Amino acid sequence: MQTFDLEAQGLRQLNATLHAQADDTNQTAWEVVNPRGSHAIAVGLDAPIEVNVKGSTGYYCGGMNKQATINVHGSVGPGVAENMMSGMVVIEGDASQYAGATGHGGTLVIKGNASSRCGISMKGIDIIVHGNIGHMSAFMAQSGNLVVCGDAGEALGDSLYEAKLFVRGSVKSLGADCIEKEMRPEHTEILRDLLERGGCDAKPEEFKRYGSARQLYNFNIDNAY
Amino acid sequence: MKDDNSHGAPRTVPIQSATFTNPINAEIRRAAATGIYDIRGGGAKRKLPHFDDLLFLGASISRYPLEGYREKCETSVTLGTRFASKPIKLDIPVTIAGMSFGALSGPAKEALGRGATLAGTSTTTGDGGMTEEERGHSNKLVYQYLPSRYGMNPDDLRRCDAIEVVVGQGAKPGGGGMLLGQKISDRVAEMRNLPKGIDQRSACRHPDWTGPDDLEIKILELREITGWEKPIYIKVGGARPYFDTTLAVKAGADVVVLDGMQGGTAATQDVFIENVGQPILACIREAVRALEDMGMHREVQLIVSGGIRTGADVAKCMAMGADAVAIGTAALIALGDNDPKWEAEYNALGTTAGAYDDWHEGQDPAGITTQNPELMARFDPIEGGRRLNNYLKVMTLEAQTIARACGKNHLHNLEPEDLCALTLEAAAMAKIPLAGTDWYPGKPGTSY
Ligand SMILES: Cc1cc2nc3c(=O)[nH]c(=O)nc-3n(C[C@H](O)[C@H](O)[C@H](O)COP(=O)(O)O)c2cc1C
Repeated sequence: MQTFDLEAQGLRQLNATLHAQADDTNQTAWEVVNPRGSHAIAVGLDAPIEVNVKGSTGYYCGGMNKQATINVHGSVGPGVAENMMSGMVVIEGDASQYAGATGHGGTLVIKGNASSRCGISMKGIDIIVHGNIGHMSAFMAQSGNLVVCGDAGEALGDSLYEAKLFVRGSVKSLGADCIEKEMRPEHTEILRDLLERGGCDAKPEEFKRYGSARQLYNFNIDNAY
Repeated sequence: MKDDNSHGAPRTVPIQSATFTNPINAEIRRAAATGIYDIRGGGAKRKLPHFDDLLFLGASISRYPLEGYREKCETSVTLGTRFASKPIKLDIPVTIAGMSFGALSGPAKEALGRGATLAGTSTTTGDGGMTEEERGHSNKLVYQYLPSRYGMNPDDLRRCDAIEVVVGQGAKPGGGGMLLGQKISDRVAEMRNLPKGIDQRSACRHPDWTGPDDLEIKILELREITGWEKPIYIKVGGARPYFDTTLAVKAGADVVVLDGMQGGTAATQDVFIENVGQPILACIREAVRALEDMGMHREVQLIVSGGIRTGADVAKCMAMGADAVAIGTAALIALGDNDPKWEAEYNALGTTAGAYDDWHEGQDPAGITTQNPELMARFDPIEGGRRLNNYLKVMTLEAQTIARACGKNHLHNLEPEDLCALTLEAAAMAKIPLAGTDWYPGKPGTSY
């Protein structure tokens, strides 16, 4: 285990050191101490390493992650794991706005609650939230899965494309073009796997599925000629 | 004209309204028939105060010129000197603006890369991500970071030469994008992670930041991901150039890209293109003033765009304080867009060469703004690259000719004092004296 003191060594040094880890590095386990809410911690990683952040972070922790596993033993600011490509990011505490925004792949697990716009424009990432999520979550979400074990705020899935949303609790309101959909066996299977990956003990049968009504997919033109 | 007495008593002749013109009335009828606003490509078509309203003074007894064909007149520009460890050096100050793959075909993007590389300048990706064609053929490639984040990924971020955070475009400050289903081929759909054939909207706002304080942190993240190597540009539409430039610099930009309302777009509502934003002529001096007020002129470079067509336009931008310019529409025309040789086909689409702007419909006879394989096959990227290089060369020679005539051995040495304005409007917007006077409206120390 390599320990990195962010306060003493600085952000540039941290990210440069983590970027220097190749696919076959033997330094596979890292601990970052004294994060103190810093922004852009462990961004742009591209190696199968594990990074444990001991405390809370600012914006964009784990941004654009590939391959790495990042555990935050605290809460995270806006845009955690934004545009993640692969790998795994796990937050023990809560997440601020835009968690997992535009993520293309990988898994983001938030053990607490996530604020507004969770999963905005997601493009293939899987997001599992143990608690609740805020308003406008999954706005324009394109693909991937969003699992919410608690409740969802207003305007869930507004202008949704093909992302699948699973919510166990209440949904304050659905956004434009988002509807409840039938939970078919294949969805139960997907959800079972997601819950297992996210370390949730909830049962797939307790969830409802939401998706796009696909009414906004093409301009509605009253062309009588 | 004789009075019309043919129906007995003299009558008032038919008078067309200057308000309800034939084109306006036709648009009302079109709207009434279809229930949808007009979407089109291109920039503002209305007449606006523009570079044509400025002239160079040239040399005289008090200023002597450089010898036209012999004396050196430098054209190079370095972009990204503020923070980036690897700034970009270009041979000429005319860059190729961001135009999306999706709006343009793969071969068209390739041609832009080829032409720009031959001419020693950069090209730019666009909404829809980076293609192999353009990375492979562009010596210097700027990678756009857009609200949609279509195709955005860290590998392309690492293999670009600069990053352009797009906040806005001159054609539509405050608006998002639109790519109609006809143009969503398998390849375009895959790059954007969306189903084939649906109308794609690009968001108008970034999904994970709002406001200048967030933008500063976003830029920190992008720099950390790419090791502080790449110049970071911030592109804004011509809306509030003084404040936008100030805030972009405060947020940490290496380069500010300012796009006036004439700037082209792949597809936007006509009402937006024609009614939102300021002409680039009104924006340049304000952006330069912001840079000067911060002591950042030339330290943070300014690239301007929106209706740039000739070397004279380039020289005028430089004289007003820009470091470089970007071209979109003109580059497409150089490649062969709107060429009268396709007139019969333009007619079949209900338009004419020079007016064709339904780029979003994917039926471009010139094979440039399309994803239709048959039309694409009409366009030869090698020939296109050659034509673009020629055009860029001509623009550069023209700008040099003017600069030498003004006694300048570098395009960057052109200055506002080299210019005069033909109209009051242009004088006021560009803060350049009206021809024959030493005055412009609003000049400090003068009254109106
Ligand atoms: C076909 C086309 C596609 C464009 N796509 C983009 C884009 O993806 N991103 C962007 O920031 N600007 C885009 N633009 C705007 C250009 O980057 C540039 O601002 C504009 O073309 C400059 O004005 P000009 O066309 O008068 O030279 C596009 C313009 C055109 C003509």
